[in-house]
Amino acid sequence: MQNMASDDALKVRDLRFSWDTQTADILNIKNLDIPMGRSLFIHGPSGSGKSTLLNLLSGVLSVQHGSIQLLGKEFSSLRAAKRDKLRADHIGYIFQQFNLLPYLSVLDNVTLPTKISTQRRQGKARHARALTEEAEHWLAQLQVPRSVFSQPVSRLSVGQQQRVAAARALIGSPEIIIADEPTSALDQQNIDNFMTVLTQQCRSIGSSLLFVSHDMQLAGFFDATYDLHPSTPGEQE
Amino acid sequence: MNWIHLALKSLWNRRVTALLTLLMVSVSVCLLLSVDRVRTDTRSSFGNTLSGTDLLIGSRTGSLNLLLYSVFRIGNATNNISWQSYQELKNHKDVKWTIPISLGDSHKGYRVVGTNESYLQHYQYGRQHGLKLQQGVWFADVFEVVLGAEVARQLNYQLGDAVVIAHGTGSTSFEQHDDRPFKVVGILAPTGTPVDKSLHIPLEGITVLHVDWQSGVKRQGKTTSVDDTLSLDLTPDSITAFLVGMNSRLKAFGFQRQVNEFRKEPLMAVIPGAALQELWQLIGIAENALMAVSVMVIVTGLIGMVTVIISSLNERRREIAIFRALGAKRNTLLGLLMVESGFYGLAGLVTGYGLHVLLMGIANSHVQNRYGIELTIGWPNESMMVILSSFLVTTVILGLLPGYRAYRQSLSDGLSANV
Ligand SMILES: Nc1ncnc2c1ncn2[C@@H]1O[C@H](COP(=O)(O)OP(=O)(O)O)[C@@H](O)[C@H]1O
Ligand SMILES: [Mg+2]
Repeated sequence: MQNMASDDALKVRDLRFSWDTQTADILNIKNLDIPMGRSLFIHGPSGSGKSTLLNLLSGVLSVQHGSIQLLGKEFSSLRAAKRDKLRADHIGYIFQQFNLLPYLSVLDNVTLPTKISTQRRQGKARHARALTEEAEHWLAQLQVPRSVFSQPVSRLSVGQQQRVAAARALIGSPEIIIADEPTSALDQQNIDNFMTVLTQQCRSIGSSLLFVSHDMQLAGFFDATYDLHPSTPGEQE
Repeated sequence: MNWIHLALKSLWNRRVTALLTLLMVSVSVCLLLSVDRVRTDTRSSFGNTLSGTDLLIGSRTGSLNLLLYSVFRIGNATNNISWQSYQELKNHKDVKWTIPISLGDSHKGYRVVGTNESYLQHYQYGRQHGLKLQQGVWFADVFEVVLGAEVARQLNYQLGDAVVIAHGTGSTSFEQHDDRPFKVVGILAPTGTPVDKSLHIPLEGITVLHVDWQSGVKRQGKTTSVDDTLSLDLTPDSITAFLVGMNSRLKAFGFQRQVNEFRKEPLMAVIPGAALQELWQLIGIAENALMAVSVMVIVTGLIGMVTVIISSLNERRREIAIFRALGAKRNTLLGLLMVESGFYGLAGLVTGYGLHVLLMGIANSHVQNRYGIELTIGWPNESMMVILSSFLVTTVILGLLPGYRAYRQSLSDGLSANV
């Protein structure tokens, strides 16, 4: 990975993190670049710090050592509120499960980011299109049946819920999509289907996809793979 | 849909708990408003009952007691004033007018007042309002009665109706002076004072009622016919109390001293305002205790509200993680929870006020009948407005507590809490 600043969606340098100062670092990353529009698979067993890394990259956790650049700009040294703003504007996030607010309809869940971020309301991939129209577009792209659009989210299957979550991450075309083991609750057929549409759609809007999982079989869907080891070599077995 | 909208939707999603919490807050607001309202209504009701009277004179007793029985018709006199003493004091050079009052009888729970036309001429209440006849005339004959507005309304009496007066003041008097009914000749306009709940008959009428009666018991075998009675001398032996208007208010103190030092019998003169002051002090203790209790209830309500919100945070970890992923800042979370607690405050005020109005409306007729206090409904007064707005501000500020907690929780949960 070459380091032309403006070409990287995320750029990590010498990042170290520990949950409490007494113990060893659970993360120690010398170099990690995610180029614009490319997808990266971060693999690591459970407890290896994948979620912790994503929290750092999305600006929820503060960096203790090292630096993170987001879209060519220093990110890790910004105040928490600034990082929260950049996250709202530039990052779509998909959780492992329970992504949706139960008291909103499917459509309202999808349009949520655009209600909060002006940037995502004016996303580059859409111009004069109405918000619901865009939400419907993304739901269709992710093969969510039209019949469930106005149903309460509790009626949806887990696979449908994850695809609605992906639609929410994609709406407004943020530069970066982050997914934290979004397939771990899905069966094999659903996984393949979900991975195909997610990677396809990210590519279609030129967003970088950052995807973590313990499941090495998924690596084939990505442009690159990064291995996150349970601990820094030499410190623990 | 903005954050406020989301906060309210989230609250609606938890509506059963939210409703109970709201109920707790509104009941505490209702209690505070009602206690305050009853307090001011009691004061204005008592304060408005009598005006223009410089002195109250009765047999020697507590000044508060004298005020209560002679003006508010609460309690009973222990002793009477002899007619001679009354005449003597009444003719004092500084005395402009007097209203004699003779109490001790009742009709269906309403007190009977023996008096004369000076009552109609000189009795004043509120801001120097005089009494007015709504129908008919003031009594001119022994067996005539003038009704207070409420007596006429409640008992549905018309001019010309016959009224039987009972001896004693119990509401179901067993011994009725049924041999001598009184004719309704006049009905007074409403005043909002105990006058409305009184039946007014001539002093001579009181005397007549008690011919053949001795110390409250009808004398066996002795009945004097109406005509015979009227031929007797009906000048009363005594009266219960009298109200005095002075030629000049300044003379009141001197005359008061003279009455208090009156040799022939132990009498006492009281300035109504001073006795009322004594009443306020007495009531003040109870009022303060009630206010303290309602303030405690408000505080309890607020603590309860914060507890409910904080304990809801655990179930809302997912929701908060989603908000954070969408870009919610610390201030966003603080704001969301302040909206929630502020909502309880505002909705609690509105529903609490509604409950209070309902309560006053329901309690009014009962309290009016029982205690003669008219419960009013209206906007809270200025100082109550200050209290209510600080209550509202406090509820909003209290949202910071769960707000900070939610933020701290979201930092340790991060975006991947699988709860
Ligand atoms: N909020 C936290 N406080 C303290 N330790 C934590 C916290 N979150 C995670 N950890 C620890 O950090 C390590 C990495 O966790 P995590 O990043 O969730 O791993 P992964 O997502 O790869 O399963 C684990 O040992 C976990 O116990
Ligand atoms: Mg994880």
